[in-house]
Amino acid sequence: MSDTIPETVLSSRDMTIETPRRAARRFRPSGSAVVMGLYLLFLMLPIYWLLNMSLKTNSEILGTFSLWPRNLTLANYEKILTDASWYMGYVNSLIYVVMNTAISLAVALPAAYAFSRYSFVGDKHLFFWLLTNRMAPPAVFALPFFQLYSSIGLFDTHIAVALAHCLFNVPLAVWILEGFMRGVPREIDETAYIDGYSFPRFFIRIFMPLIASGIGVAAFFCFMFSWVELLLSRTLTSVDAKPIAATMTRTVGAAGVDWGVLAAAGMLTIVPGALVIWFVRNYIAKGFALGRV
Amino acid sequence: MATITLDNLAHSYLPDPKTPEDFALKELNHDWADGEAYALLGSSGCGKSTLLNIISGLLIPSQGRVLFDGRDVTTAPTADRNIAQVFQFPVVYDTMTVRENLAFPLRNRGMEAEEIARRVGRVGTMIGMEAELDRKARGLTADAKQKISLGRGMVREDVNALLFDEPLTVIDPHMKWELRTQLKKLHRDFGHTMIYVTHDQTEALTFADKVVVMYDGRVVQIGTPQELFERPAHTFVGYFIGSPGMNLFDATLDGRQARIGDATVDLGAAFRHRGPVQVGVRPEFIRLATGGEGIPARLRRVEDVGRHKIVRLNVGGTEVSAIADEGEAIPADTDRIRFAPGAVNVYADAWRLTPEGGDAR
Amino acid sequence: MKKTVNQKAWFLVLPVLVLVAFSAVIPLMTVVNYSVQDTFGNNQFFWAGLAWFDDMLHSDRMWNALGRQMTFSAIILAIEVPLGIFVALNMPKKGFWSSFCLVTMSLPLLIPWNVVGTIWQIFGRVDIGLLGHTLDAMGIDYNYTQNILDAWVTVIVMDVWHWTSLVALLAYAGLRSIPDAYYQAARIDQASRWAVFRYIELPKMAGVLMIAILLRFMDSFMIYTEPFVLTGGGPGNATTFLSIDLVKMALGQFDLGPAAAFSLMYFLVIMAISWVFYTVMTTLDAREGK
Repeated sequence: MSDTIPETVLSSRDMTIETPRRAARRFRPSGSAVVMGLYLLFLMLPIYWLLNMSLKTNSEILGTFSLWPRNLTLANYEKILTDASWYMGYVNSLIYVVMNTAISLAVALPAAYAFSRYSFVGDKHLFFWLLTNRMAPPAVFALPFFQLYSSIGLFDTHIAVALAHCLFNVPLAVWILEGFMRGVPREIDETAYIDGYSFPRFFIRIFMPLIASGIGVAAFFCFMFSWVELLLSRTLTSVDAKPIAATMTRTVGAAGVDWGVLAAAGMLTIVPGALVIWFVRNYIAKGFALGRV
Repeated sequence: MATITLDNLAHSYLPDPKTPEDFALKELNHDWADGEAYALLGSSGCGKSTLLNIISGLLIPSQGRVLFDGRDVTTAPTADRNIAQVFQFPVVYDTMTVRENLAFPLRNRGMEAEEIARRVGRVGTMIGMEAELDRKARGLTADAKQKISLGRGMVREDVNALLFDEPLTVIDPHMKWELRTQLKKLHRDFGHTMIYVTHDQTEALTFADKVVVMYDGRVVQIGTPQELFERPAHTFVGYFIGSPGMNLFDATLDGRQARIGDATVDLGAAFRHRGPVQVGVRPEFIRLATGGEGIPARLRRVEDVGRHKIVRLNVGGTEVSAIADEGEAIPADTDRIRFAPGAVNVYADAWRLTPEGGDAR
Repeated sequence: MKKTVNQKAWFLVLPVLVLVAFSAVIPLMTVVNYSVQDTFGNNQFFWAGLAWFDDMLHSDRMWNALGRQMTFSAIILAIEVPLGIFVALNMPKKGFWSSFCLVTMSLPLLIPWNVVGTIWQIFGRVDIGLLGHTLDAMGIDYNYTQNILDAWVTVIVMDVWHWTSLVALLAYAGLRSIPDAYYQAARIDQASRWAVFRYIELPKMAGVLMIAILLRFMDSFMIYTEPFVLTGGGPGNATTFLSIDLVKMALGQFDLGPAAAFSLMYFLVIMAISWVFYTVMTTLDAREGK
């Protein structure tokens, strides 16, 4: 036996594999799961109830109280999806939301870059002034907006709503993007300039891909706040650009409220949001922290 | 203080490990002697931190046992083990003052205020922060924060062991030296068992009585710095410790001789092993020659690194390094290398072979 | 990060400036214009000085609305912030359930505000709503359209339902940024669960919590659509918050002068409080970055 390797070392060359110890991984009902279960139940119940109602006929809604639809019907959805005055509400909403998101990002990107990289006369005041617009109650601006857009002939157009929503979305987009841009080391900018990139080319080819997740998050928030806002969008439209949220008031008729259709319309307004969340789910938490984590 | 025994210990992060490759830490038996200072040395990802976290109880091993003075603590929570650990990145409680930070572990154990004040004062002096005790920990420099982390370990005088997980990574070089000296002093004064994880050989060799070298989830050698230098048990130890690392030559054995290419070298002792082996010689033990005996080599370049010169040579296609004294002249017509007597190690499958009749000494 | 001084950066900010000026400054000037004029109709205006401001400062109606507003904002902050933190502490840290919770929790945030009102309007009704029906079946006399207390409770529960997730998501983002070593060190130091929260988690969440409080304060102070749909400000004026009152005044009664003066003061209150939050937040940020 010439092979004398120290005892400890030798034994580690070959090993017996036992069944892994499960002590640390054993299942036990965790308090956290119970808390989260209850909280999610609280969040989902009202939405479930809306879904439940949207699948019932009006007579069932008013006649019997049931936890799930006894006579499952898609008639309420059918009515919305086949009636142009209904589904155009969705189209209108989506048009101005997408327009608003595009405009907000287009102007917020260079501004956020300026705030994150340079200091200039009045930068802090400007930044705070932008934020004050996020604080402006839409109710304060409803009437002046109505008059402003009427006087320049934009009343009841998609662009009017898109521009009006810029009031709170642009400051928010600047804020979020600035947070994400701060995380990109400025050496990258300097290297690019030394390599002979012009500013626009650098910004689009190098910088924007770096903060792609930030742009995604900012877009999500613009989408979200534009989608959920009603006061301004209702004030600035009457027929051609009327948003779905405003269309829903039609369900209140002389014969009372058409609950089924109202519930179905409500359910359909949740769908776009749910789809969008799915795409940004990994960035939601960071995004809500405005990129500042 | 306690002797820490690892008994058939191994850990896999996978739920259902099949082969040894699934293990981040492969089977290991070892006693960490009471009061000794160990360094756990290896490149990143070799399982050092896993081992450390198992000892401190932050991780429960998937198999095997951990014993403190014979008491099984394998599944015992960290609190029951009375261990102090310092992490790679400084952990301080931002909202507390330095004093409160140092007192925190004692206060959690319900110690009397007087005793806490006494110990905190002493540790504050020891880490050289007595002037800053009432400052908020937020906003201190990284090395000041790391000193606080060290201090939080030191205030607990009765700990079973002090564990350090690459504690000096974020510290300035000159501060590193100072902190390491303080740690050694602490060890001398209190005689705690210390385990110090690092990937820096200088740190390991200067800090520890015994160095544990890990490679790919295995402990490949445990020994004093001198043993690691003279008789690396594994080619990884030869390569990892020393600068530059040990030279390896493919060879075949023939009793006391080894054939390297066309040359034959005397090994100074007989080895018994069938099949190819590698001969390992540290650069410090390679002598240069012109003509005569030895292995043919071609001189490539000489690097002057200050205290000595590193001579790079080409032997049969592989790069070989030799170390020459600062004043030594390197003849341009050097074409042979020889090995200093008694400085040759022989490896089979990367593990060292012991010569027949055992190692001298 | 040290920023370079560069006045040309103004050109990058210019588009935002023009756009926001168009959307904010012109309407704001219109409001100012109204606030100092009176009219007898027919678009004939005359100078009224600060009379409207004086009027509004002495109007019980505005002070009552402000009082209700303050109460409402205080209550929902007091519920949503601790509850949000609590939920965040219990959220799964990784894996499928983490994504699941994130998505589910975000859902209420993406529902148009009038639909939020509608959902709770239906949910709370005794005849067709699950909540109202259940309470009624349990023998509790519940009617949010008649009973002031019921109306308040319903509005508050609705807001908690709608916005707690925002606080939770922010707190969760803060928690995620804490390195594992902190928790491990706390275990080594034998810190209690409470100490871990008090000395590790809370300080690390402070920054995002300020954002959460700022956002929740601003948005709750501007709340209009949800309670308007749910209760229409009633019963009586019990849930008539500032925005609801303002819209009633401006569009309902067409009292442009008082409404404008009201708007400006309302805006100033929000700005003042928000400025305090913002200052605290940025100083906190600066301290953190040191």
